[in-house]
Formats: sequence, structure tokens, C-alpha cells
Amino acid sequence: MDDARPLIEVENLRLSLPDLAGKPLIGPAPKLEILKGLSFAIPRGAVLGIVGGSGSGKSTLGRALIRLLEPSGGAIRFDGQDITHLPEADLRPLRRRMQMIFQDPLSSLNPRRRVGGIIAGPLRLHGFDAIDRRVDAALDHVGLPRSFRGRYPHELSGGQRQRVGIARAIALRPDFILADEIVSGLDVSSQAQVLNLLEGLVADLGLTLAFISHDLSVIRRLCRNVLVLHRGEIAEHAPTAQVFAAPRAAYTRELLDAIPLPDPDQPWA
Amino acid sequence: MLDGRGAIRRRAGARLWLSGGWLLLLVTVALFAPLVAPQDPLAQDLMSGRLPPFWSAQAEPGFWLGTDSLGRDVLSRVIWGARVALTVACIAGPLTALIGGALGLIAGFYRGWADRIISRLVDIWMAFPPVLFSILLIAVLGTGLTSIILAIVVIDWTRFARVVRAEAMNQGAMDYVAAAQVAGFSRLRTMTAEILPNVLPTLVALLSLEMGISVIVEAILSFVNLSLSTDAPTWGGMIAEGRTSIHQAWWVLAFPLVALFLTVLSFSQFGEGLKDRFDPVLR
Ligand SMILES: Nc1ncnc2c1ncn2[C@@H]1O[C@H](COP(=O)(O)OP(=O)(O)OP(=O)(O)O)[C@@H](O)[C@H]1O
Ligand SMILES: [Mg+2]
Repeated sequence: MDDARPLIEVENLRLSLPDLAGKPLIGPAPKLEILKGLSFAIPRGAVLGIVGGSGSGKSTLGRALIRLLEPSGGAIRFDGQDITHLPEADLRPLRRRMQMIFQDPLSSLNPRRRVGGIIAGPLRLHGFDAIDRRVDAALDHVGLPRSFRGRYPHELSGGQRQRVGIARAIALRPDFILADEIVSGLDVSSQAQVLNLLEGLVADLGLTLAFISHDLSVIRRLCRNVLVLHRGEIAEHAPTAQVFAAPRAAYTRELLDAIPLPDPDQPWA
Repeated sequence: MLDGRGAIRRRAGARLWLSGGWLLLLVTVALFAPLVAPQDPLAQDLMSGRLPPFWSAQAEPGFWLGTDSLGRDVLSRVIWGARVALTVACIAGPLTALIGGALGLIAGFYRGWADRIISRLVDIWMAFPPVLFSILLIAVLGTGLTSIILAIVVIDWTRFARVVRAEAMNQGAMDYVAAAQVAGFSRLRTMTAEILPNVLPTLVALLSLEMGISVIVEAILSFVNLSLSTDAPTWGGMIAEGRTSIHQAWWVLAFPLVALFLTVLSFSQFGEGLKDRFDPVLR
């Protein structure tokens, strides 16, 4: 493995989805281009923040990175391997290495499976040994009691559910994790706890993370680099500190102005 | 605890036990009909026709629920009729659920051309009025138990296909299905191990309803004389015969009707009760 090489390389990535609203009565729906030629890389061990307005294509980009969606042009390389058009069967061995944490933890956990089964299923699929021990370790990692193995998702709080989602992802020892708005459904105190947890895990496990959020204060805290998306194009891709101090793109400035940021230097009035 | 869950569970429990109890009793007497039935259900005795039930002064011992106009024992005929009713329910119900459920699951989960074919088929099927359809089918297939069961399966699979398809589509849009893909599970495994358990409660409720419906359909076909050979005891046949002498011997009509009613009710209540008792999400 070439450690100097970025874990994920994206080159001129394009993605179109059928626009069902504009579908004529007969014939295929017209294509709507959602990602319009993105190029960037995520180095190993980096945390990349992805921000942008609603509908700018953040989720679409994220889902393309882990190949839940197939790009219509360009290339995505994961650890040097071109995965742009890899069929599902060939993706399967790579699936262990790229995981996802979802926005809505209730919808992303099968309501009729216990927590233990939810975490153990993927482990079993990928042929891990000592499954029980690994499930316990994953629960320990995210700070949930081991007794939660026997619980159903609806018997947990929102923050606890999101921890189960994180435990499921990290149990596989992935190289890359995509986190799509994972705290936007939580109350403020659970948000802080989940973010602390994630920060710790990234450091401990040497994860590479793509963190999608519309909350710039969260991005500022977690991510060294940030990628600003605007209508399917990259408006800015730079170190977070630089973006906040001196945003180059007009759109980034707009975004910074639109979202009220708690100014850490300002004393309480 | 002061929340309402205890009360709900107790009520669900009563529902489960009452309906389950009646169905168990029915299954037992149907299985052991030759031993349990006090009389030969076909034995006619014109001298003891239209005997009233046991509580009446004119009742005769051995004929607990009276006799019909040909002197046949009503209780024994209800018991033997249960055999037919339960056979139809226990074969036609699950078979319908299996075929309709599988097609609905595939259409709702895989979508695409599979969905287009199955949905068109359902649309075409629904255009036939079911009663005419069944009579037509029986006319083609001939009367008999197998024909009744076939007719029910052929007509009612769409009920399952429609409901299960809609439910599978709902479940398919949930993130846990995307999570299964992220984990690397195959589509087939996702359908059977993730979606199916979430569709199962709906399927069981429909199945219990369908078993009740099967009993009714069998009764209706017997009523219009399209079921078994005329002398085999069936509830529908008994109701048809009892109707002609309702003023002289109401019990010939009443007892099979009560058995039919209780059975259909029990099937649907049993399904609901099972759901309340065993679905982890509701529990
Ligand atoms: N399945 C789909 N079919 C067609 N268009 C879609 C589909 N999913 C998303 N889109 C469109 O693609 C664009 C980008 O959507 P996406 O979900 O990636 O945005 P987002 O940046 O994640 O927004 P949000 O912050 O609201 O989550 C939107 O304009 C949306 O309408
Ligand atoms: Mg999104």
C-alpha cells in the first residue's frame, strides 16, 4: 500500500439522476445533472467537511463516494482502485472498508432486529471471528452498556440509536466512513456527545472521514479541510481555518453570513 | 405501572386465548370427527326428523343439537362440516399468502420490470368480479375440495400481492435497507432477512383474515351447491337446507351459522392477537 497516496481520489465526477417530475408521458425521464465535474482527494486519516446549501448535492456526492450511486462520468478511486463503475458483486469485498453513518438513526436500524444482531450481521458477512467479543468491543467504544445487545432500536433514545449506528460502522474496522448529517436530528447535548465520540474515534482508529453538515460550527470543530458545494460544483476547497478567516468564493461568504455562528470571542452580553 | 400498556396486553391476551381456544376446539373435533361425532352424519331416519335441541321437552338423547328434516344429527354434521371448512382454510389461506406475498414482495422490493409485470397482472385480475370468477372457475375445474381451494388461491392472491407490495415499497425506502447495501449484503438476502421480517406482521394479519374468508367462500359455494357432492356435510350446505325449513326447525340453520360466524371471527381475532403478542415493535 502506498501511504502517500490519498485514500480517495475523485476526478471530474459527474452524476445524473432521472428527473421524474419532468418525465414525458411516453419515453424515459430526462436526466438531471446533480454533480457537475468534481475533483478532489481525501488523504488518509483526514477529516473532510462537506458543506453547502440544501439541494447542493452533498448527500448525492457522499453516496457516490461509497458507491450507493453510480457516477455517470469521471472517476472515483478508493485506495488506488477504480470503483467508478464496479458492479455490486465486485464492490462487496470493498464494502467492509467503506462505511456510512446515517442521518436518521431510527430509519437506519432495522426495527425488528436487536442491537446485537444489527452490529453482528455485517461482521458475520465479512467472515470475522470472535463476533461476540467484537460486538462488545464496539459497544464499549461508543459508550453503550453491553446489555444493550438485547434491545430493539425503539427501546433506545435518539443519541443512543446514533451510537448504535456508529458502532455498526466501526465494528468492521473500516478505512473510510461517510457521516451524512449525523447530528442534525439530535438535541444539543446529544449532538455534543456524539461529536466528542466521533472525534475520539477518528483519532483512536485512524479513520478517514467525510463529514457532511450544514452546520458550520460543527464543521469548524471537527474538520481540518472543508469542501463547499454549490449547485453541484465545488465553490471552494481549502483548510477550514482559511475558509472561515478569508472565504474566497462569494458563495462561501454568503453561506457564512446566512448561518449565525456563535462567535467564541464575544463575551456574554 | 400506570401506563396503558398492561391493559392493552391483557385485552390482547384475552382476545388471543378466546379465539385460539375456539380454533383449537374446532381443530380437535375436526381431526377426531369419527370418534367425537355422536352419530353418523349421513345416517337418515325419517321417523326422527326435525328433533329439537337437547333443552327442549321433545328432544331425544344422543341428538344434542336436534336433527334435520331427514333425521340426520345436526351436531355430527357440524363437526364433519368443520373438517371441510378447516381443510379449505388451512390449505387455501397459506397457499394464497405464499404466492401473493412472494409476488408482492418481489414487485415492491425489486421494482423495475418485475414490478411492471406483476402490477399489470394484478390490475387485470381485479377487473373480474370475484364471485363470477369463482363460479366460472368451478365450472371449468369441476366441483370438489381441490377446485374450491384452487379457486380461492387463484382469485385472492392479488389481495396479498397489493398490500405486501405497498408495504415492501415503504420498507425499501428506509435507511436500514441502504445500510444493508453498505454492509455488503446481497439484494436477495436484504429482501428475505431485512424486509420480510418487517412485512411479516402485515402478512400474518392478512393471512388470518384470508383463512376466515376461505371458510366463507367454501360456505357460499356449498350454499349454491358448487362445493362437494350434495350429501357430504358442509356448513354452507346445511345452511342452504336449513333455510327451507326455518319456521319448523330453526336449529338446522342456526348451529352451522353460529359455527361459521365464530370461526371467521376467531381467525381474524387470532391474527390480531398474535401480532399484539409477538411483534417486538408493538410489545
Ligand atoms: N432520487 C433522486 N432523483 C432525482 N433527483 C434527486 C434525487 N435525489 C436528489 N435529487 C436532487 O439532487 C439534488 C441534490 O440532492 P442532495 O440530496 O444531494 O442534496 P443535499 O445537499 O444533501 O441537500 P440537503 O442539505 O437538503 O440534504 C437536489 O436538487 C435534489 O432535488
Ligand atoms: Mg442531504
